[in-house]
Amino acid sequence: MSKYSIFSLLRNAVSYHENWGAAWRSPEPKKEYDALIIGGGGHGLATAYYLAKEHGMTNIAVLEKGWIGGGNTGRNTTIVRSNYLWDESAHLYEKSMKLWEGLSQDLNYNVMFSQRGVYNLGHNLQDMRDIQRRVNANRLNGIDGHVVSPQEIKQAIPEINIDQGCRYPILGASFQPRGGVARHDAVAWGFARGADMRGVDIIQNCEVTAINQQDGAVTGVETTRGTINAKKVGVVVAGHCSVLAEMAGFRMPIESHPLQALVSEPIKPVINTVIMSNAVHGYISQSDKGDLVIGAGIDSYTGYGQRGSFPTVEHTVAAICEMFPMFRRVRMNRQWGGIVDTTPDACPIIGNTPVKGLYFNCGWGTGGFKATPGSGWVFAHNVANGEPHELNRAFALDRFTTGFLIDEHGAAGVAH
Amino acid sequence: MFLIECPWCGERDESEFNCVGEAHIARPLETEKMSDQEWADYLFMRSNPKGLHREQWLHAAGCRRYFNAERDTVSYRIAGTYKIGEPAPSEAKK
Repeated sequence: MSKYSIFSLLRNAVSYHENWGAAWRSPEPKKEYDALIIGGGGHGLATAYYLAKEHGMTNIAVLEKGWIGGGNTGRNTTIVRSNYLWDESAHLYEKSMKLWEGLSQDLNYNVMFSQRGVYNLGHNLQDMRDIQRRVNANRLNGIDGHVVSPQEIKQAIPEINIDQGCRYPILGASFQPRGGVARHDAVAWGFARGADMRGVDIIQNCEVTAINQQDGAVTGVETTRGTINAKKVGVVVAGHCSVLAEMAGFRMPIESHPLQALVSEPIKPVINTVIMSNAVHGYISQSDKGDLVIGAGIDSYTGYGQRGSFPTVEHTVAAICEMFPMFRRVRMNRQWGGIVDTTPDACPIIGNTPVKGLYFNCGWGTGGFKATPGSGWVFAHNVANGEPHELNRAFALDRFTTGFLIDEHGAAGVAH
Repeated sequence: MFLIECPWCGERDESEFNCVGEAHIARPLETEKMSDQEWADYLFMRSNPKGLHREQWLHAAGCRRYFNAERDTVSYRIAGTYKIGEPAPSEAKK
């Protein structure tokens, strides 16, 4: 596999870019690996990458039932930020942010990480008090951010409506300048290529149908492509984690909901930052192609269908139109849904399970994309050592028994 | 778009309803004797099946009453709705 550089670009230009090699192999699964990662989304591929890079485990495989990055990794609105309220989550997401900042260089793959800033709007006095508190907490944790007034928002985003007479007036916002967006597909592809280069087998179209155990320890998995043995299995399957947990014989505090997003027709550059509003359920940014990328809230019912209902989309678009009246005539191009694994405290579950050698990384709910590198980094540590890293110790499954929940619902709201 | 059959009001548009989670989770009676594990199971653990799911719905913008529904979580097709206390349609058939 060749390194991407200006020289490889020139070399391939001579042959009209027709001879670029594949970015990763498609090997046949072996009978046995040192570790298996179930789920070839961003988090699973990042786990495999850091297992190989940081922990020297190269005899491992990623099993993906469809194609890599085809689930929530390819379906989110690509927002990256780390301004979480509580110490536990702030440290975890900030670790991720620091990895994002060097990720393209590290992977030798352009993930198009663009730190264009993220605004989280407040629409009532309580929102503004929560924003003040969160920004103060962030700064104490070394995370950048400040509170901005409606006038400052208007100055940065002239298209926004800061009229104080509407139903949900904009009273201010928190702003994290280091936040931004990244190209979601490139994140999956970059991690896949980086893992593959270090010897990791990425096996697509390989669905896990059972988890084999002996004496309370995992021994491998049954798949649609035969039995594969391994003493360590990491499960990173987002919306399907309850299904995998049932195979392994325990229950999860998770409900899978459809979460929808939509993009407009491409228009001229109009928004150069990310605007999120928890209160009215609207998140908007503009992609490099020019489409407005809009995220909605989750549907109230559970679902595995990768689609949601129209009233949810209508609700979001109504909020966007109130915030940006000039978008009323923009036509929407495509709309889709992903299955998000929501937990009672809106925080992920990363760590050991009742089965020895079986590790889960799930429950990222509506906000997993931003955590992709950090999640893979801590989970790789957990899988390699059989023990959580300091950064994910608090996110263990047993917090639902001990009562040490990390209540980010109030802090992050629905936007995540 | 769903049309949901409220057991009291008949078929109505889904925008009148809220889904309020898994049904048939009975509150434990002898709570003082329960372990933390059992509490966690009651409070937080959910079956979250891929397939037929029994769940509570609230006719929020209608009669404001709760009822149960059986719904497939993949196709989203509602197999039937029933009043609280009644057996689920798939059980009644047996």
